[in-house]
Amino acid sequence: MDLSELTQIKERELAARKKYTLRCCMAAGCVSSNSEAVKQELEKAVVEAGLQDQVEVRGVGCMRLCCEGPLVQADPSGMLFEQVDPEAAKSIIQTLKGGKAKARVGDANAPFFKKQKSIVLANSGIVDPERIESYIAADGYHALYHVLREMERSEVVEEIVASGLRGRGGAGFPTGLKWGTVAKSAGSRKFVVCNADEGDPGAFMDRSVLESDPHSVLEGMAIAAYAVGAEQGFIYVRAEYPLAIERLKNAIKQAKAKGLLGAGIFESPFNFTVDIRIGAGAFVCGEETALMMSIEGRRGTPRPRPPFPAESGLWGCPTLINNVETFANVAPIIRNGAQWFAGIGTEKSKGTKVFALAGKIQNTGLIEVPMGTPLRTIVEEMGGGAPDGGRIKAVQTGGPSGGCIPADSLDTPVDYESLGKLGSIMGSGGMIVMDQTTNMVDVARFFMEFCMDESCGKCIPCRAGTVQMHHLLTKIMEGKGTARDLQKLEELCDMVRSTSLCGLGQTAPNPTLSTLRFFRHEYEQRLQPDTFGPRGNGKPARATPSA
Amino acid sequence: MVTAIADKRQKAALASAQLVAGDKRYKILQTTMKRHQNQSDALIEVLHKAQELFGYLDTPQLRFVAQGLRIPPSRVYGVATFYHFFQLKPKGKHSCVVCMGTACYVKGADKVLAGVEEQAGIKSGETTPDNQVSVLTARCIGACGIAPAVVYDGTVTPRQGVADARKQIKEWMSHGS
Repeated sequence: MDLSELTQIKERELAARKKYTLRCCMAAGCVSSNSEAVKQELEKAVVEAGLQDQVEVRGVGCMRLCCEGPLVQADPSGMLFEQVDPEAAKSIIQTLKGGKAKARVGDANAPFFKKQKSIVLANSGIVDPERIESYIAADGYHALYHVLREMERSEVVEEIVASGLRGRGGAGFPTGLKWGTVAKSAGSRKFVVCNADEGDPGAFMDRSVLESDPHSVLEGMAIAAYAVGAEQGFIYVRAEYPLAIERLKNAIKQAKAKGLLGAGIFESPFNFTVDIRIGAGAFVCGEETALMMSIEGRRGTPRPRPPFPAESGLWGCPTLINNVETFANVAPIIRNGAQWFAGIGTEKSKGTKVFALAGKIQNTGLIEVPMGTPLRTIVEEMGGGAPDGGRIKAVQTGGPSGGCIPADSLDTPVDYESLGKLGSIMGSGGMIVMDQTTNMVDVARFFMEFCMDESCGKCIPCRAGTVQMHHLLTKIMEGKGTARDLQKLEELCDMVRSTSLCGLGQTAPNPTLSTLRFFRHEYEQRLQPDTFGPRGNGKPARATPSA
Repeated sequence: MVTAIADKRQKAALASAQLVAGDKRYKILQTTMKRHQNQSDALIEVLHKAQELFGYLDTPQLRFVAQGLRIPPSRVYGVATFYHFFQLKPKGKHSCVVCMGTACYVKGADKVLAGVEEQAGIKSGETTPDNQVSVLTARCIGACGIAPAVVYDGTVTPRQGVADARKQIKEWMSHGS
């Protein structure tokens, strides 16, 4: 494979484009609403109408407005059909000739779509995730060629540093710095790992990226591998995402067949192979040291850092671990330049972020917005606010490691620092909207139960602390708690946060702490009068009966 | 001592060979292990395959895998019990997985689960005595846009209410009798 072949594939693909294209969403959300049947019916209807030369029916990745699926969009008119029934297929073909569709026509110019800025999702809903040619036609693998043939390894790292890209998995560690550390680490064997163990409940960005545009992740990984000097990559995917696994396997196979993975890529001395490792339902495996244990075929328990994986990771070799979305950002940065990327977002948080908008909100689905977009724009303008005349009470970000942001802080810009100040985190990008019917103590208990079940049991603060905190939260929820229980809960939160071994335990108290900070009255309403009573000196009361 | 260990190993190898001869599924499992060069780091992949073949993981299968990958049975058992995905008990004919992710939860997945549990007369993680239905919960299946979601026999079904879920369970259970 060389550049002329790549260009040839692109040109052939573009020349084969027909006058009209009907893009049919084939991501997991729409598939479960029967979009496969819709696509089949559309193909049949095209043949029946004798329009094979003019109309292409293309299965594409996520078209974002998941709540209205199955979605079909027509090109070049841009007409969007929502909740398409397989029986409505024929009428959709007729709209190309000016007919009327028997399906709901959505507003493709609604704020939900117009306020988005696509980098990671640029190909999502456009290219066919099951055909590599479709990705190449969208300039795919051109960045890899540029990197392998025209750039030094150090230049690639410098480019990523200059772009200001930060890890999209939650913590926001500068990606360029991580790459630089792995590149400098001594060792003949190095590894690149893509963390696709998207365990946060309420987050489905990584799933959508893998289902919609798997090649962009592979290309990003290959570029990273070249920059740090690795020859082997692993993608660790959750077993709960069968469609994503299938598309990834297919993508790897196609890339290998085209010589874009394997030995001597683009006739350079660079070799790179990617293997998929399938998780087995342990949330803690999203933590990088636990993830590496799992790849090695062991129980997914974390270990203390340092040494960081960048120095000693898989089988003791330097290992680069990045999130799916981080890798998906790499090829666009190389293609458009670091300056372009650094021009988007805020001073400290560059680029865009994909969020999975869900919960009590009109428009649920995927959105990608520039960093620094106010939460209000996301939930009220794009999301359309709470359904059925409800009122938004809070927005939960960061899953079980994050917090609840109250409605009066909705003007907060979404970036790593601002969310941190509110006691929440950016997290991987799950955004759950809650309305007035949601009980915040119950939410805190829900997340604590999650952490309790998912604690791996290695360190005591997390193993025993989460059980005790869950017990206290249940007691308060049932109206049996006292002020002392609340005090005990806060002390435990602090203890578990400061003494746990890994991120799971350290962040487990976050949902409780943030609901305590903003919705303390909901806890206090449920308290029983304290028979012992605090003594007012800030210390817990001694357990002696007052009477 | 040394001969005792060698003797034990020989016995284990013999037991494995018998399994392969008697059941085609063990043969497939053996091929899977060979494809991974019998490397111990393929343990999770191999267990996935074993569960796919047998439906659940029982002691003979775990021992067989330990023997094939040359690792202690304790490590195989440790891994099989650590990950939620691996089942050590047989599942029912039908499975109903209620997603308990945050988005589904705020949209009433807890009520759906309660309805399913009541209809089936069992708690989540259990199987009905007639082996018809297993009720399970998932952490999050990533179908938050169509919450609350329930997976019936591997098919993700969007926007499930208590009545929908009860109906499905009732149907399955009546077929069994």
